[in-house]
Amino acid sequence: MSELTLFLIRAAFLAILWIFVLSAISVIRSDMFGARVPETARGAAPVPERRKSAKANKKPRRGAPTHLLVVEGENPGTRAELTDAPLLIGRGSDAAIKLDDDYVSTRHARIAASGDDWFVEDLGSTNGTYVGPVRITQPTTIGLGVQVRVGKTILELRK
Amino acid sequence: MSQTGSLMGFVHRRRRGAELFLLVLALAVGIGAYAAVGLGVEGAVPTDLVGYGGWLTGLIVAAHVTVRIVAPYADPVLLPLVAALNGLGLAVIHRLDLTYEALGEDQHTFARQQLTWMTLGVVLFIGALFLLRDHRVLQRFTYTAGLIGILLLVLPFLPVIGNKINGARIWINVAGFSFQPGEVAKVMLVIAFSGYLVLHRDALALAGRRVVFVDLPRGRDLGPIMAMFGVSMMILVLQNDLGSSLLFFGLFLAMLYVSTERAGWLVVGGLLFGAGALAAYTFVGNVQNRFDIWLHPMDYYPGVSYQPVEALFGMGWGGLIGRGLGNGFPERVPFAYSDFILATIGEELGLTAVMAIIVCYGLIVERALRIALISRDGFGKLLAVGLGSIVALQVFVVIGGVTGLIPLTGLTTPFLSYGGSSLVANWVIIALLLRISDQARRPAPRLEPADDASDDSETTQVVKLR
Repeated sequence: MSELTLFLIRAAFLAILWIFVLSAISVIRSDMFGARVPETARGAAPVPERRKSAKANKKPRRGAPTHLLVVEGENPGTRAELTDAPLLIGRGSDAAIKLDDDYVSTRHARIAASGDDWFVEDLGSTNGTYVGPVRITQPTTIGLGVQVRVGKTILELRK
Repeated sequence: MSQTGSLMGFVHRRRRGAELFLLVLALAVGIGAYAAVGLGVEGAVPTDLVGYGGWLTGLIVAAHVTVRIVAPYADPVLLPLVAALNGLGLAVIHRLDLTYEALGEDQHTFARQQLTWMTLGVVLFIGALFLLRDHRVLQRFTYTAGLIGILLLVLPFLPVIGNKINGARIWINVAGFSFQPGEVAKVMLVIAFSGYLVLHRDALALAGRRVVFVDLPRGRDLGPIMAMFGVSMMILVLQNDLGSSLLFFGLFLAMLYVSTERAGWLVVGGLLFGAGALAAYTFVGNVQNRFDIWLHPMDYYPGVSYQPVEALFGMGWGGLIGRGLGNGFPERVPFAYSDFILATIGEELGLTAVMAIIVCYGLIVERALRIALISRDGFGKLLAVGLGSIVALQVFVVIGGVTGLIPLTGLTTPFLSYGGSSLVANWVIIALLLRISDQARRPAPRLEPADDASDDSETTQVVKLR
């Protein structure tokens, strides 16, 4: 075995050793910040990866509503993202949309999804929940732009 | 702390693909070193390269698949680092075996034994990951683990199984195998310290008084630190083992400092250890010898300092890129396959490889501390810090000793040097670290509102853990 061959073997081995060390460091570097959470989910807890497949149908399609907006009443402009569903509406501090409306109960109504449809459900409020002109007695489907009235406040699903 | 991940707006990825990629490189290091040994010593690729490489690959693949199944979010870098160090160590031990065989010495099957121990280590690694699904279970065994740890430390003194090798009474003989119970004891003691400190850290951290910028702890809180000091001094005096004594006390001090965030403990501990070391220097002849050899190695050559000085000669001759595997004379250093394996690597692969190895150890420690940072529970944090400090202290004591930075003490280089008990214990340490990191990196459990249909969901929130 010639001197040169042995030198090449040694150099090659040291190269492999350092390539390994540098790759390990580069994996650590790329691991520093993990995976980014999509912008829409910011502010909410990160959605665990393996739950995504189970709830894939909940991903916003084109034309599907993305948030609930107060269009009339004491707090116009208040909004809540539908990704946080089910959303509680009321005067209580735990409500997703907290209203300062005297005619609204502490836990007044709830917006929840079933498949691609959104439902509003009255939670036994004193003054009732209205979809259009009708006071609802059971969970009722609502679409984009349908006005939901609780007390003196009107809410809508918007995209 | 629990929200660290979500506040910074990210979730950890699994990174199992990255781990596989690094493992392939790690295997290239291990098997490449084996081939290079064959080429350097015998001038041909070893005939059993396929069998050896296959066995090593099988072990690593088994470990990787286990991690994929039971700890999918675990840290991707730890396992490859360990695999590379272990593979490189095996190849270097094999290289020494070949020389010992050529010189006609009795014992020249260290590499084969080491491979057997590595197999056992990987089996225990897999077993630990499968059986231990949540590291917090270990907190229940705080005092049990402490008791087992102390018992293991005492075992070498028992009459029948205790055994004294090379002046250190740290071995036991069971069924023909000699084993160092201290290696297992250090894992047990880390579990005991974590469980104890996570409960008592407030008392240790808050009470006390401030003297010249240093918060000194209360007198009555000194109990555990004095007990641990007593244990490590006992090891030093009775077992004649400077390295283990330093390791246990340093480990306890590091964990105490991390759990209480008070430098006062370091001052107290440092003074205690200084006093202990001074006493040992004065009264224990062995320790005095070590110091003299460290300060004036050449004065005692070729006498008692033959081993460290030969190691220094070897590393000096190796220089920047070494003599090449098989072209040096590492067999001149006694115990080149165990305590002094770094001198062998320094001689035959040079400073370049030694630096790579030190970086590897540094990365292992960095990952352990990172796991401690992102872990969500106090026990896991302390456990990860403790396991990381074991590796850090051990590497510092050994490499510092071999290179002449600190007085020489007998400890094994984790994963690299020959020694079954150490190898097995270190594989279990890595399994524990992977288990904690899997828990820590897994996305935080979300608060799940209960099913829409039930009325109970209005008042009760169900927390889904899995």
